[in-house]
Order: sequence, then C-alpha cells, then structure tokens
Amino acid sequence: MSLGLFLAQALTGLASAATLFLVSVGLSLVFGITRVVNFAHGAFFMVGAYVGYTLTNYFAASDALSYWLCVVAAAVIVGAIGMAVELLLMRRMYKVPELFQLLATFAVSLLIDDILPIIFGPEDLLAPRVRSLRGGIDLFGARMPVYDLYMIAAAAIVLLLLYIAITRTRWGVLIRAATQDRDMVGALGVNQAWLFTGVFTLGVFLAGLAGALQLGRTSANLGMGTSAITEAFVVVVIGGMGSVTGALVAAILIGELSALGVAYFPQLNLVLMFLIMAAVLAVRPSGLFGKPEALTRQHEFSDEPPLRAISRPLAFAAIALLALLTIAPAVLGTYGLSVVVDVMIAIVFAGSLYLILGPGGLVTFGHACYFGVGAYAVALGIRYAGLSFASALVLAPLAASLFALAFGWLSVRVSGVYFAMLTFALAQIVWSVVFQWYDVTGGDNGLIGLWPTSLSPLVFYFVTLALTAGSIAILGWIPHSALGYALRVTRDSPARAAAIGIDVRLVRLFAFVIASLFAGLAGGLSAFAKGSVFPTAISIGRSIDGLVMVLMGGVESIAGPVVGAAMFYLMQTEILRYTDRWRLVLGVLIILIVLVFPKGVVGSISQRLRGEESR
Amino acid sequence: MKFAAFGIATALQFAATVSGFAADPIRIGDINSYSAIPAFTIPYRNGATLALEEINAAGGVLGRPLELVSRDDNGKPEDALRAANDLVFNQKVVALSGTFFSNVGLAVSDFAKTNKVPFLAAEALSDALTWQQGHRYAFRVRSSTYMQAAMLAEEAAKLPAKRWAVIAPNYEFGHAVVNAFKKLLSEKRSDVEWVSEQFPTQGKIDAGATLQAIGAANPDAIFNAMVLPDLVRLVREGNDRDFFKGKAIVSVMTGQPDFLDPLKDEAPVGWIVTGYPWGEITTPEHTAFLAAYRKRFNDYPRAGSVSGYTTIKALAAAMVRAGKTDSESIVDAMSGLDVESPFGKVTFRSIDHQSTMGMYVGRIALKNGVGTMSDFHYADGAKYLPPDDEVRRLRPQN
Repeated sequence: MSLGLFLAQALTGLASAATLFLVSVGLSLVFGITRVVNFAHGAFFMVGAYVGYTLTNYFAASDALSYWLCVVAAAVIVGAIGMAVELLLMRRMYKVPELFQLLATFAVSLLIDDILPIIFGPEDLLAPRVRSLRGGIDLFGARMPVYDLYMIAAAAIVLLLLYIAITRTRWGVLIRAATQDRDMVGALGVNQAWLFTGVFTLGVFLAGLAGALQLGRTSANLGMGTSAITEAFVVVVIGGMGSVTGALVAAILIGELSALGVAYFPQLNLVLMFLIMAAVLAVRPSGLFGKPEALTRQHEFSDEPPLRAISRPLAFAAIALLALLTIAPAVLGTYGLSVVVDVMIAIVFAGSLYLILGPGGLVTFGHACYFGVGAYAVALGIRYAGLSFASALVLAPLAASLFALAFGWLSVRVSGVYFAMLTFALAQIVWSVVFQWYDVTGGDNGLIGLWPTSLSPLVFYFVTLALTAGSIAILGWIPHSALGYALRVTRDSPARAAAIGIDVRLVRLFAFVIASLFAGLAGGLSAFAKGSVFPTAISIGRSIDGLVMVLMGGVESIAGPVVGAAMFYLMQTEILRYTDRWRLVLGVLIILIVLVFPKGVVGSISQRLRGEESR
Repeated sequence: MKFAAFGIATALQFAATVSGFAADPIRIGDINSYSAIPAFTIPYRNGATLALEEINAAGGVLGRPLELVSRDDNGKPEDALRAANDLVFNQKVVALSGTFFSNVGLAVSDFAKTNKVPFLAAEALSDALTWQQGHRYAFRVRSSTYMQAAMLAEEAAKLPAKRWAVIAPNYEFGHAVVNAFKKLLSEKRSDVEWVSEQFPTQGKIDAGATLQAIGAANPDAIFNAMVLPDLVRLVREGNDRDFFKGKAIVSVMTGQPDFLDPLKDEAPVGWIVTGYPWGEITTPEHTAFLAAYRKRFNDYPRAGSVSGYTTIKALAAAMVRAGKTDSESIVDAMSGLDVESPFGKVTFRSIDHQSTMGMYVGRIALKNGVGTMSDFHYADGAKYLPPDDEVRRLRPQN
C-alpha cells in the first residue's frame, strides 16, 4: 500500500470516526449522569434520519445552508421527542432498579422500530443531495467526498460546543459533579430531575443530529438504528462510560482501525470492533478514559426482602404445575407440545441468567453465547461424531461451562456496565466465528436435520420436563446455599466480602460457570427441539430476550424468571401469530409492565402480598 | 393487564377467523419476514393475495376456495420453524410457501422434509435448497444464486475487462454468488484475473474505505452483490469519488425496482444487472399481471410480487393437476409442473425442483429521474443451470 493510499484511507477513517463520535457521545453523556443504558439511542438516531428526510423534502432544501438548517431542525425535533420520553416515562423510573430503566428504553426502541414504517413506509428513503455537497476533491492522490470533510467539521463543532458547555457553564459544572457523585449533587440542593431531563434531551438531540447527518451518505432505512446502537455501545465502552474525551478517542481508534483493516484484513470486518473492545477491556477494565464505576450509596437491589424458604402455597403450586405438565401431552397436539417444550427451554435459559443477574448482581449482554455453545456442541457432536441423543445432550452443558470458565475468568475482573459489555464482546466474537466458519458450522445457514429418528417427540417432552424441573430446583436452591450467600455479599458489598476473606472474583466466576452450564443445557435442548441450530442462537437478540424475560418476572426469586420466561415467550408467539406489528404490541406491554410492576411481575406481587410500602 | 392481553388476543383471533368463513377451504401456510424486511415481503404478500383472489374468483381449486394463512418469521429461522409447526399441525395447511432469507428457507425446507409436507420456497436464493440439501418435498420459484451468477457471467465474458474485483455481503448468499460467478467467468475466459475481494458486513459497509481498498488493486471491472441499504452508500460514495468511471460494473439484482427506487436519480447508469424492469416489459402475460396488480393495490409490482403471485399459482396448479390435496400427490404433481407466470411459462424441473423462471438482464438507465433498465432481455432460467449429471452429483439421490 502506498503512502498516498494510506493517508487517504486514514482520512476516510476519520470521516467514519466523526459519525461514530456523534452517535456515541450522547449515549455516553446520558449514562454518565443518569446511569441509564439507553437502548433506544440507536432508534433515536434512526428517527433523526427520517425526520431529516421529511424536512429536506418538505422544504426542498436546494442550497447548502437550508440543508444544514434542516439537519439541525431534525435534531431539535428528535431532542424534543427525547424530552417527552424522559418526562413521561424515564422520570417515573429513576427510583426503580437501573435494570428496569434498561427494559423501558428497550421497549421504546421496539415502539420506534414499528412506528417508523407505519409513518414512512417500509422502503429506504433517499434524501436528495444539494449540488454543492456532492462530488469530491483530490487529496493525497485520491478523491475524497466533500461530504466526508463536512462530517469531520460537524463532529469538531459539536466537540467544541460540548467542551465549552461542560467546562465553562454552570450547567456543565453540575454535569461533571453529577457524573462523579450524583447523590451529593442532590444533597446540595440541585434539582436532579431537571438535570436528568436536560442531559437525556441533549443525548437524544445528539443521536438525532448524527442520524440526520447520515442523509448525505445513505438512505434513511429501518436497519440503521440496530446497526448504530451496537457501534455506539462499543465506542462508549472503549472510551469509558461518561467520558467525552473517551468517546472521541475511541471513535477515532475504531474508525481508523476499521478503515485500515478493510485494506489489510478484509475478512476481519465482522469482528474487528469486538476484538478491539475485548482487548481494551482486558487491559483497562474501565475503558480508556473511564473511572471505575462511581460509588452509589444505594445498591440496585438493596431493598430486596430477605431470602425466605419456599412458602407452602408456592410449593404446592409448583407441584401442581408439574403434575399438570405431566398429563398435558394427553390433551396437547403436536404444536402445543412443541410450544410447551420451547417455553421450558426459555425458562431454563432465563433461570440460568437469573443466577448471575439476581443473586450475582451482574448484568450480562452475552448470555446467549453459552446457550449457543450448548446448541452447537449438540449439533457438531451429532454431525461430525455421530453421537447419540444422550451423549450429545451431555456435551452441551460441558462445552458451555468450558467456554464460561475461559470467558468468565476474563470478565469477572470488571463489574457493572463493563462486565455487561465485555461479556457482549466475547459473545459477538464467538458469534462471528460461527457465522463465518462455513465448513464446520454451516455459517449463517446453520446446521439442520439434527433430529434423531429414534427419538419420539413424547420422550423428548418428558426428558425436557425432567431436566427443566431439576434445573429450576437447583437454580432456586443455589441462593440458599453457601455459594449463594457468598455471591450475594459480593453483590451487596464487594469490599466487605473481600475483607471477610471471600475471593470475590472466584465466587463470581463459580456462579458464572454454573449459570452458563444451565444455559448450555437449554441450548442443547433447543438444538433437538428445533432439529437445527443457527447463529441466531448466539446473537445479541437472544441475550436481550433473556434479560427481558428475567426482568419482566423479577429478580428476587427463581419464580421471577420462570413466570417472566413463560409470559414473554407466549406473548411473543401469540402476537407473532396475528400481526407483523408484534414489536409495537410487545413494546406497549413492556412499558405497562414496567410502570405497573416496577419490580417485575413476581417481585411486585409478592411485595404487595407482604403489604410493604412501595418506595 | 391479563384482561387486556386476553382482549387483544380474542379480538385478533376474531379478526383472523372472519376472513376465512367460507366452507372448508384449502389452506396454504405462508411464512415470510414481514416485520424484518417489509419493503421486500409486503409486495410478495400482495402478489400472493392477487393470485389467491384470481383463483377464488374463478371458482377456487377442486371446487374449494383457497385460503392463505400468513405468519411472520421475524427474520429468524427458529421463529419460522415454530410458525411452520403451527401452520402444519394446528392450521392444517396442505403446503408451506414463502421465505426470503436463505437460512430461513433452508430451515423450513428441513421441517418439510422431516414432516413430509410440500414446501414451495418463493425467494430464498441459496443453491443448497435445491441441490446439496434438496429433497422430495422442497421446490423453489425464483432464479437461484447460481442462475443469477450464470446470467451475469455470460454478459461479463463479453466485456474486454481482464482484472476483476468482487464485493459482496458477508453471508452465505454473498460468498455463494461470488464463487459461482468466479467459476463461470473463469471457465469462459481463461485470461481474467481476480485482483481484490471485499466482503463487508451486511448493513454496515464502510463504503469509502472499501472502495479505496478495491481501487488500490486497479481493477477494470467489479462484480457487486451488495444489497440495500449498503448499495446506496456504495453508489453515493463511488459517485463522489468518481470511482466507477472507466470501470465495468456487473451487479446482482440491482435492476429490481426494490433496489433501484430508493436510489432515485442517483441510480448507477450503465451497470450490467439482473432485475425486473416492470414498466418496460411488453409481453402479454406481464401486461395483464401489471394491470391487475395496479388495479388491486394502486401500486406497481416489485420483484417479490412476481414471486408471490407465481408461488400461489403454482401450488394451485399442482393441486389441480393432482386432483387431491394430500402431501404426496401435491409433491408428485409439482415435479415437472408447467405454470403460467408473469414472465411466461415456467417449469418446475423434476431433476432438482427448481423452477425455470428467469430474470431480466440489461443495463441500468435513467428514465424520468428514476432508475430502470435498458437493452434488456429475458434470460430464461432453463438455460442457466448446470448440466443434468452435475445437478445429480450435487443433489443427494434418494
């Protein structure tokens, strides 16, 4: 590669870095102040593009000035939408555990995903481009699009304005103070609610701006939100949550390495970003410019009621349910049977995630990895080793726990949102290997035809039922065991746990491996239930589905994930049967659940039964 | 809360049942990615609906009305499998149809094989569907990956270009279409050289960097298989950089309205493409289809509309030919079946169950500020399939 091409490639990388910076800095700011991991950020980015399209079309923006005005106006409108979301939804949620805020933003992104095609139609929309923004100029012996240079300039202007706002204004002082210690800022008499509203609006405004700016390069399309949110998360985590400088440096790092990577290692494009993220977090657990997560005076689940042994009515209910499921095949048809099997698999998966999330207090975005490893272990065992049903099924939890041992060892060194993102990066790396390794895993086409002819669906049903009941019993018992006590103390106060001689990392690793073992079992069962395995088994979508299931049910006892998984799965399948707009219905339902049952369905109901005041 | 959910469910159930009140209809189970890629699948469903209504207006099939039970697969194979299970065992459909993504198509095909149900894949393009993983119960309507590569390789061989670069999305379709194109073009032209390969992630192309990397290899021609939304970025970035000047570009499916329309007046004029120039085709079959479609939906058809229409017509024709609706009879009748499609008569080959439906091959042109095709011809699918003994070698014989 010549020097000229290298420089041209570096400049192109800078233009991508500008976009990355614009879309991620808002996410980072919002997280820094409100601790909300805003899943809807990508959706707001997409709204920015659609609103920008509408404005440029409506005003027939034909000169550069009116084009830029349309872009800024679009960002303002999106910011206003963001403010409305904050006032109507998020504001009601700052007192509930942070995880449920995540659930709420996820629901908002589902709503936006379905509302946009209703308003704008399903087709990609290309905004006409102003003549003076078309074309290129010669730099370093290569031709660079003019628009790339404008993107770089736009990012620089935003950076400058943010810098002034944060370092030179009173508002900026409050922001910096709240990032360090928001409780203290509150104690000093600052109205936190309005500070949060302001920051959330600013964050969404920046997402909208980044989205509208994309109109010069691409069409407004329905996939851009999902694509942007992943990149934004990666940039924010590499840079350090809450750090503007971090977002800038990380955006440049990712933009440049991707641009140069395309030239030197084109086959790495699927995974490059996640490799960088995993490498950075392995060396600097809080990102390049991040500080370890600021102290909060109140732990997420500190108002959790004390653990109690299973109550008598609940035990009876569980036994009755088991009895019901034992005789169910007599009345259920083939489809009904398969739905119950799917629900049971979802329950084991959600139950295993509960162990990490509830007693462990660790949020993971990569739990699907172990589900997928289990599923692929079964598939590969059958395909290449000719294993029988039983031995292939044993392989699933084994393989999953082996992966968990290695990945967990890396991940438990960090906590909070960094743990979530490191587990996510590792899962994405596994996903992209599976997705591209056609000769072994079948790539995106997956492995099909796995159903052993000797196995009857009824036998499989009872095997699944027995394994599910056993798994849930064990996962429900663990919090009551010595390991469970140790795990909860590492969650509630890692410092005190360490002081009384508990090896915090070891305990967490142990719990992580056990949870992954059950996730692997669920994956193994699903490989049989579907007779096939696809990379979607490892995808971020499945990890998020798992989180939603657990949070819907509640994280205080094993009943939470059981109820949550059943509810989520049945809701999704039933909605899917009748409408393409399942995201809209599901989004509304999740928001209702979050507002009515802020501790999850099971958590909220049992709280009410105990007659406690909701805080 | 529960009541609300229950209310919604019953209301939807009611809505679902009133549409099918006719006595004892024959049901076809349709699965497609309606929520994941509505721009492509809704025209498909419109085409299928049009065919269905035409058939029912003419008295149905075997004296019974035809009914389409439609399910969204959410773009995921596992959801498609659940839908297939529901359709076959709950809704008692006689055949499955649809699918857009290759992995979804292959998953449903495997389900059809295990459960011995006819499956007519509409748009899933993977060659494996009719070859490596083909079986008695699976058929396909659209021109496969290989066929489209073959149509374009024929045109590419006529070009003077010797140094070729390829760019395709990083999933099975991208790799398969590139492999087939390279093999076929190299067979026709021993003097071509493959100088650069890029497989960007679907939906996330870094267009500028990718084009520069390709440009560094100094190719005379480029084979492109990028689809939306990456195609838009690629075209814009290439235009801004004057990248396409002096290079021949051969591109898969870019001539379909679903790809050209979003590009508006920035459609890359001169690219050699497979596509569907709906406004330019003058055959009587297509003229009739176009008029009926416009009248029914007040919109013009996309490539998916033709597939959807032909899919339902083919299943109906198979049932008429079989005289009954059990799986084995339908499958027997599908094999070697002739069907009238908007592109003329197509045959479902008995050797591999691939239909001979072709595509239009030509160059992209601008007409009234919208992209269309010029100098095009209909490439009959029958001519772009490998010799029979090669097909037999590729396909498991049982």
